[in-house]
Amino acid sequence: MTRKRMLGLGYLSPYIIGLLVFTMIPFGASLYLSFTDYNLMSAPRWTGLENYIDLFTKDRTFRRSLTVTLIYVFTTVPLKLAFALFIAYILNYKLKFINFFRTAFYVPSILGGSIAIAVLWRYIFASEGLVNMLLTGLGFEAVNWFGDPQNALFTITLLRCWQFGSAMVIFLAALQSIDKSLYEAAEIDGASKAHCFIFITIPLITPVIFFNLIMQMVQAFQEFNGPYIITQGGPLKSTYLLPMYIYDEAFRRFDMGYASAIAWVLFVIIMVLTLAAFWSSKKWVYYAGDKRS
Amino acid sequence: MTDISHASDVLSSGADGLAEARAANARQIRNAKISAAVRYIILFGVGLLMLYPLIWLVGASFKTNAEIFANPGFIPQEPTTEGYVKGWETSTPYTFGRFFLNSFLIIIPKVIGTAISCTMVAYGFARFDFPLKKLLFGSVIAILLLPNVVTRIPQYLLFRDLGWLDSFLPLWVPSAFAGDAFFVFMLVQFLRAIPGDMEEAARVDGANSWQTLVFIVVPMLAPALISVCLFQFMWTMNDFLGPLIYISSVDKYPVSLALKLSIDTTEAFEWNRILAMSVLTITPALIVFFMAQKYFIEGLSAGGVKG
Repeated sequence: MTRKRMLGLGYLSPYIIGLLVFTMIPFGASLYLSFTDYNLMSAPRWTGLENYIDLFTKDRTFRRSLTVTLIYVFTTVPLKLAFALFIAYILNYKLKFINFFRTAFYVPSILGGSIAIAVLWRYIFASEGLVNMLLTGLGFEAVNWFGDPQNALFTITLLRCWQFGSAMVIFLAALQSIDKSLYEAAEIDGASKAHCFIFITIPLITPVIFFNLIMQMVQAFQEFNGPYIITQGGPLKSTYLLPMYIYDEAFRRFDMGYASAIAWVLFVIIMVLTLAAFWSSKKWVYYAGDKRS
Repeated sequence: MTDISHASDVLSSGADGLAEARAANARQIRNAKISAAVRYIILFGVGLLMLYPLIWLVGASFKTNAEIFANPGFIPQEPTTEGYVKGWETSTPYTFGRFFLNSFLIIIPKVIGTAISCTMVAYGFARFDFPLKKLLFGSVIAILLLPNVVTRIPQYLLFRDLGWLDSFLPLWVPSAFAGDAFFVFMLVQFLRAIPGDMEEAARVDGANSWQTLVFIVVPMLAPALISVCLFQFMWTMNDFLGPLIYISSVDKYPVSLALKLSIDTTEAFEWNRILAMSVLTITPALIVFFMAQKYFIEGLSAGGVKG
């Protein structure tokens, strides 16, 4: 029996080594580095809380970057999820070509973080790009997408909402698993479509709403390619999201200690929001004991 | 419809209720038709919105530079392959062929390492009992949610100390140690749904656990393993930040970095070269996706037949 137990650990050995070497030790090391001054030239020098104090008292770029990041996450995630759910809801009927639509809607997600798509975004939102050509063609005024700090961040939000496919596929699977007799019963009682959606559909899919919310939020907080390629963080740092700031501090200015401190602030924000979501989930996520009963 | 209900009115004087029911029925059918029409309109509209940027990209890659910012349609007025020819050459000593080769040199070992290590680990989790199993499986979920941003800097320092910077090793090695928790999780879920009878039979026949894994479990896992490989292929193909941090020599650039380089170095008006190379860089992922799409649908229907 002991031999069999050791065998199990043997099969896990690559994972355990990887967990220690590539995750746990780096995780601790980055916390340590965040309390040091380390520029790669000399050994890390312990500076206590100095990095964090600087971040929150002196660093205006950080404050700007943090604000922009929060705005980005709190607009992109709800918009993307609402859109994904809306389309999944429409797809969840006996329609012809449903496979075609599902595929078409999923393609942008597949190309996802690809640089080519970020490049494409630069072209279609350029001042004389596709979007403005279509807007002026329809009689609207052209929009200054990249020059105006009000709009630049929104182009990245649009890019990520365009990739709503994976969230939609998960929503669609959940919608398809809802027992149709619930709707029939509600309709006999005179409930409208909107009522059915709010009081039957939404409560039954809260587990996947919760799952999508967490995954999309963690992902949105780490957005890098969009601002790096499309807007280069500008104009006026209006798209300078925290991951880009961390990248610049670490790999352009080689200020590893300071970059680690920013990474830890970002990590703590993500953790707090994730834990808050888990904690609040007891109040709003509905887990059916047995879906078929 | 009205003819029929009219006729039914004439046929029996006491058929008011019947006619009413028929009218209600007709109304229902009409509503269902309107609702279906609205759905199709929305779906087609959204579908067009989703796909038009990609269609436009393909069209624009065959346009002249002057036309790209003048024509919102996707059919080029004077089709040219200049973008592809010149873009392929790049402004570096290397062609895009070299960059594609580099991408595949990164992807293939990474996919193989992922498949082997994740299969072993998932087998361990799904079929064995050992100390700390719950804690270790908990760590898989924790890694799934852990933002990479927090471990990236020390990982960089580790690979620098190992002398691995500007090589493909930092991109290969973590995956070969089952570092992509998502795949481990997926394979464990898949394995748990497969009963262990066949493995038990093999054991009775004297196969050791390794032989059981290779000859019994891996063939049963094949559909899940294929999707692991396809996902890893697409993610690695799209990965930008990894190569950006670790690869510094142009001769080792994968296509994602090469594309960024061509934006930075191509002369300001040579848009079609960049668009043409963008089309080429997304082509492998699209091909793989459509292969996988077919594969998944077949897998799903096969599962449906089996119940």
